[in-house]
Amino acid sequence: MAFTTLWFILVTVLWTGFFVLEGFDLGVGMLHGLLSRDESSRRAVLHTIGPVWDGNEVWLVTAGAAMFAAFPGWYATLFSGFYLALVLLLAGLIVRGVAIEYRGRIEGARWRRNWTVLLTASSVTVPLVLGIALGDLLHGVPIDHDQEYSGTFADLFTGYGVFTGITLTVLCLLHGATFLSLKTSGDIREKARRLARLTVLPAGLVVLAYVFWTRSLAGGGILLNLAELAAVVAVAAAAWLISGGHDGWAFGATTLAIAATVTSLFTELYPRVMVSSTSSAYDLTVHNTASGPYALKVMTVVALVLLPVVLCYQGWTYHVFRQRISADQFPAPGQPAAASTALPDQ
Amino acid sequence: MSQLDLARLQFAMTSIYHFLFVPVTIGLALLTALLQTAWYRGGQVAYLRLTRFFGTLLVINVAVGVVTGLVQEFQFGMDWSGYSRTVGDVFGAPLAMEGLAAFFLESTFLGLWIFGWDKLSKRVHLATIWAVAGGSALSALFIMAANSWMQHPVGYKVDPSTGRPQLDDVWALFTNPVFLRGYLHVLLAALVTGSMVMLSVSAWQLRKDLRNDNGGTKDKAQNKAQGQAQAQVQDEGTPDATKEAASGFRLSARLSLFILVPALMFAMLVGSELGVTEGKYQPMKIAAAEAQWETCQPCSFSLFQIGGGNNDQTPTKILEIPHLLSLLATNHWNGKVLGLNEVNSQYQQAYGPGDYVPDVFIQYWAMRVMAYLASLALLLGLWGLWLLRRERLTHSRLFLNTAVWAVLLPFLINTSGWLLTENGRQPWIVQGLQLTKNGVSSSVSTAEVAISIVAFFLLYAAMAVIAAVLMTRHTRKGTGPLHQDDQPAPEMTY
Repeated sequence: MAFTTLWFILVTVLWTGFFVLEGFDLGVGMLHGLLSRDESSRRAVLHTIGPVWDGNEVWLVTAGAAMFAAFPGWYATLFSGFYLALVLLLAGLIVRGVAIEYRGRIEGARWRRNWTVLLTASSVTVPLVLGIALGDLLHGVPIDHDQEYSGTFADLFTGYGVFTGITLTVLCLLHGATFLSLKTSGDIREKARRLARLTVLPAGLVVLAYVFWTRSLAGGGILLNLAELAAVVAVAAAAWLISGGHDGWAFGATTLAIAATVTSLFTELYPRVMVSSTSSAYDLTVHNTASGPYALKVMTVVALVLLPVVLCYQGWTYHVFRQRISADQFPAPGQPAAASTALPDQ
Repeated sequence: MSQLDLARLQFAMTSIYHFLFVPVTIGLALLTALLQTAWYRGGQVAYLRLTRFFGTLLVINVAVGVVTGLVQEFQFGMDWSGYSRTVGDVFGAPLAMEGLAAFFLESTFLGLWIFGWDKLSKRVHLATIWAVAGGSALSALFIMAANSWMQHPVGYKVDPSTGRPQLDDVWALFTNPVFLRGYLHVLLAALVTGSMVMLSVSAWQLRKDLRNDNGGTKDKAQNKAQGQAQAQVQDEGTPDATKEAASGFRLSARLSLFILVPALMFAMLVGSELGVTEGKYQPMKIAAAEAQWETCQPCSFSLFQIGGGNNDQTPTKILEIPHLLSLLATNHWNGKVLGLNEVNSQYQQAYGPGDYVPDVFIQYWAMRVMAYLASLALLLGLWGLWLLRRERLTHSRLFLNTAVWAVLLPFLINTSGWLLTENGRQPWIVQGLQLTKNGVSSSVSTAEVAISIVAFFLLYAAMAVIAAVLMTRHTRKGTGPLHQDDQPAPEMTY
């Protein structure tokens, strides 16, 4: 296999990994204020992602850096062309990171309420903007013969791009709900399950529309490819498993659904990496944007050695924090706090 | 201002801001790991409480470091797409390695450390903070390899069909003489920063204890005697219940001084070696740091100057020290330093007409602010060590007051150090390969850059205020009772 193809696959893996892992963090961010009214429950909900969200976000950092190293032409055109959208994305990521880390550092209802609002808003912004950007890659935006973006900010709001944003946002919400059903107990768990039941049908319809739109946009007719088929099957399975109350399997199904949805976009894109709506002759491809063979070879060795190691210790982290979390582990403000030093073992 | 000026302003602003937090993370992670190791080996509760106290400061700090790091990575493509497109083949590699090898390690294990206190065995939990410290030091390694390549490009050949540099020897990036010295210099600077933060926070708490102890009495001699007795009690490790408020911050002050002084000395030594190395590959950088327009041999170093800058080639230099510039720039008593005018005409012959002189005023003063403030910090550190030896560290109000405010020093030193390095590279974005003006994004408008500057400025300012409030509140709170096992330590999670 050519190194350019391998790196396209690796970039796909990194984006998929990001949406699978950070996907439920984002969903939890959107839901934490809605699912739980009292502070104890909110703290419990945030503790489900507390130990892992930062490591999950590194998948995005690494996806960006991998595009830079393997396809500098793609990275340069995409990041400069989508300038204002990325400012918005960065603002979202900044607010979100700070909100999660700082929300609980001061006792005070107003302090926490403000961070809750910011965390909810930024958790919607991030998948929405990323989804629009990824959708635009396939839909096509104005790109000239120098591989430079020649459109405006408004040109980024293509119908397909916006719908990709909505699809990914809805999937993150559902993914967050199944994650919380699996990771919490008591009242929060019941609420999360109810919410998952409520969202899985609309999410299924959105995904169904999305895969057909994606397929037809790429000129593939109505016969779905493997990834698209997997997305539809996974979201249907999720609906069935959620209603059956199988928390673990349901989370597995939403994991597959979000992974397959992201992957279907990239499979339809290949070997292009960014479609030009000006002329197909100006399309960016894995060939005309890639680094030289030596750089790709070096990076391949580095990635194939390190990525499995990363998967091992991230997996271990999930094993360490596998217990369900409940609200009564987190006393309301004012009551004696002994929660984190003596969490009951289950 | 043009789009180029704004893009440069934005990069300078976000980089300087980001690097306020980075060295604190690297330095404090290591110091926290040392504190926890002391607890693991000796079992003293004081060390446990200090670990959790400084660990919380670390966590507050990391939050800003992480989110501002995202902006750094995105900015190469957003504002400098001409640069990214041209050099991504070489420059992208260390960046991707940084993500894979360092960021995952740092972030994942920080999560394990914060939330894993009672889920992991003591030994494994100790290993997680060392993994955090290692990860943060590794991230600096990769980013310094990338930065050093911009100062002194190595390990590449130019692709004849595109005219772009292509990586052809990855080891060269990591054996680059500028990288070897630059990385060590940054690592030591991070240790200096971390230990200075620890010293300042400890001094704040010790000063508070001093005030409480002395409340009501005016007899200084008596207080001093009491204080010394108390210090001896603590030295022997026999806790005196009534004096428990007088805290284990003495322990962290001592640790920070033990790290600060040698780290600072080595940082200055390595920095001066780095100067010689850069002088070889970037003679403009060194000549501009002395505002040396004409070639000289031997060359003297001026302590101050009046006037100067790119339009004033004859500033009034005050207090010139003979031979010092020769020594600093070449390691030789009578070394020859090329003047700005001579290097400029050499560059014009090599690269075509143009002005290749960086901003001389910034360069001259950045060098001096860095060196003078570092010397001040060293004096403070030596003073602290001397007091420590005389067992008077906890009672010298003058020292404690000075140490609290000295926390500003490392940030000023670090910032001037980066100004010296990056301003001295101008007008190149990659020395000899690409000019900064050719690296900027051509598809981005001036208005777009202006919008993003305003957006980031507001976000960064808000974050600075919030982080400062949280850190001050936390510092004021202290560690809680030090030698009692029965009370839970303050929470680290949220």
